[in-house]
Amino acid sequence: MARPASAYIAGAYELPMRLYPDKSLAELQAEAMLGALADAGLERSDIDGFFCGPDAPGTGPLSIADYLNLKLRHVDTTNTSGSSYTIHVAHAAQAIAAGKCDVALITLAGRPRSEGRAKGALARTDNPQQPDFQWEHPFGLAVINVYGMTAMRHMHQYGTTSEQLAWVKVAASHHAQHNPHALFRDLVTVEEVANSPLVCDPLHRLDCCVVTDGGGALLVVRPEIARNLKRPLVRLIGSAEAPKGQNGGEFDITVSGAAQSGPAALAEAGVTCADIRYASLYDSFTITVLMQLEDLGFCAKGQGGAFVADGGLISGVGRLAVNTDGGGLCNNHPANRGGMTKVIEAVRQLRGEAHPAVQVPNLDLALVNAIGGQLAVRHASATLVLERE
Amino acid sequence: MAQAERIPADPNPSPETEAFWEAAKAGRFLVRRCKACGKAHWYPRTLCPFCASLDTEWIEGSGRGTIYSYSYMRRATPPFVMAYVALAEGPTMMTNIVDCDPEGLRIGDAVELAFRSSEGGFAVPCFRPSGVGAAS
Repeated sequence: MARPASAYIAGAYELPMRLYPDKSLAELQAEAMLGALADAGLERSDIDGFFCGPDAPGTGPLSIADYLNLKLRHVDTTNTSGSSYTIHVAHAAQAIAAGKCDVALITLAGRPRSEGRAKGALARTDNPQQPDFQWEHPFGLAVINVYGMTAMRHMHQYGTTSEQLAWVKVAASHHAQHNPHALFRDLVTVEEVANSPLVCDPLHRLDCCVVTDGGGALLVVRPEIARNLKRPLVRLIGSAEAPKGQNGGEFDITVSGAAQSGPAALAEAGVTCADIRYASLYDSFTITVLMQLEDLGFCAKGQGGAFVADGGLISGVGRLAVNTDGGGLCNNHPANRGGMTKVIEAVRQLRGEAHPAVQVPNLDLALVNAIGGQLAVRHASATLVLERE
Repeated sequence: MAQAERIPADPNPSPETEAFWEAAKAGRFLVRRCKACGKAHWYPRTLCPFCASLDTEWIEGSGRGTIYSYSYMRRATPPFVMAYVALAEGPTMMTNIVDCDPEGLRIGDAVELAFRSSEGGFAVPCFRPSGVGAAS
């Protein structure tokens, strides 16, 4: 399959702190933008496309674009929860290929920790007009209890154990110890994870990702612009997105949209899982990573537990290095949306700018997958394949 | 020690679903079925999610099913069991399992309808174990 005309990620920046009690959301958006511009060597006036999620306060992109005083000819506010920013990379490349913009800014910023949303068991606050609300809200749907149902079903169907899930967190902690910005830098053991307090059976406290303030930004640019910058060339060579719902009540919650978006993105890139040695996988919970690995094709369905066990995801140890920044499980989960930081760490890896202790040597391909929304209910899986030229 | 049971939050019926919640107050559990393709679906809606026909109708549900999956919100106040129950009519619905020992539940357990009153007095379709899984 011929690769479509594509674009490059020329700028990537992650806000360094994990708590911002004294900053406004707009200030964080601005700092993220400036960080990405400095990283790329571009000016604010170069930006002509803006992509953001509902974390940007205001009507769609309008308030923040005005605050940043961007002069735009393309905007996109696709919202698939945490995977929004991963999808934005693909949409930005499509807009660039279509001639709609040259330099696309993607931002994320949030302050859930400062705003007291640091407890994971809160009920969601959806729009009561959405048609599913009355069939879910009465029962106390919360993010963790539907991911808990996924884990319970996966254990039932495939014999997956809490100890296997724990390895996902253990790998994240091995990576996070080298990240000075990570919220949690302490190494944890399988026993510590599996014996941490149950929050929502079968998920323990240490199966859950962190709650942090912060954010980040990306700049996706036209090839001619990327080649004139001084940064390593990181090109998007494959992308796909897959919303998945309840299908009228006929569903298998052990399969995610990654089963669709993964193979499609890999086919577009003309590569297979066997070619991938680094992956950024949005690790909202340990079970999510297991599902992603299976659905993307890194292992057979039901074999995710065996794949992650015994350090399978630890850089330099396992077959596939995953989330070498410490991921959402240990490092950062700004605005409770993990799709931005996943792209940023993949860019670091492809540039050779990850921490030396976790850098995958001579890396030329990376895969990013984010599942936004609620895995067992409604979610969207976005997959990117990135190449170092 | 007996523990307080979670009170369901209120649903917000729409013109499309008022009949369901009215019937529930009278102790009846309705399921939506398509007259064109014959399949029942969940959650109930006018548009058949399978064949896209608008020719759908309410039928009396059996109130019987099996646990497809569940999770136990043990740190909530009060704790409760979130579940997907596969209805005898075919589709799987989100619900709570009540009147149970949360640590004794198993996927595949047979369950039966057990309406619970919400904060505002709606009858919310929960389920309880039928047979050996039931707690005294």
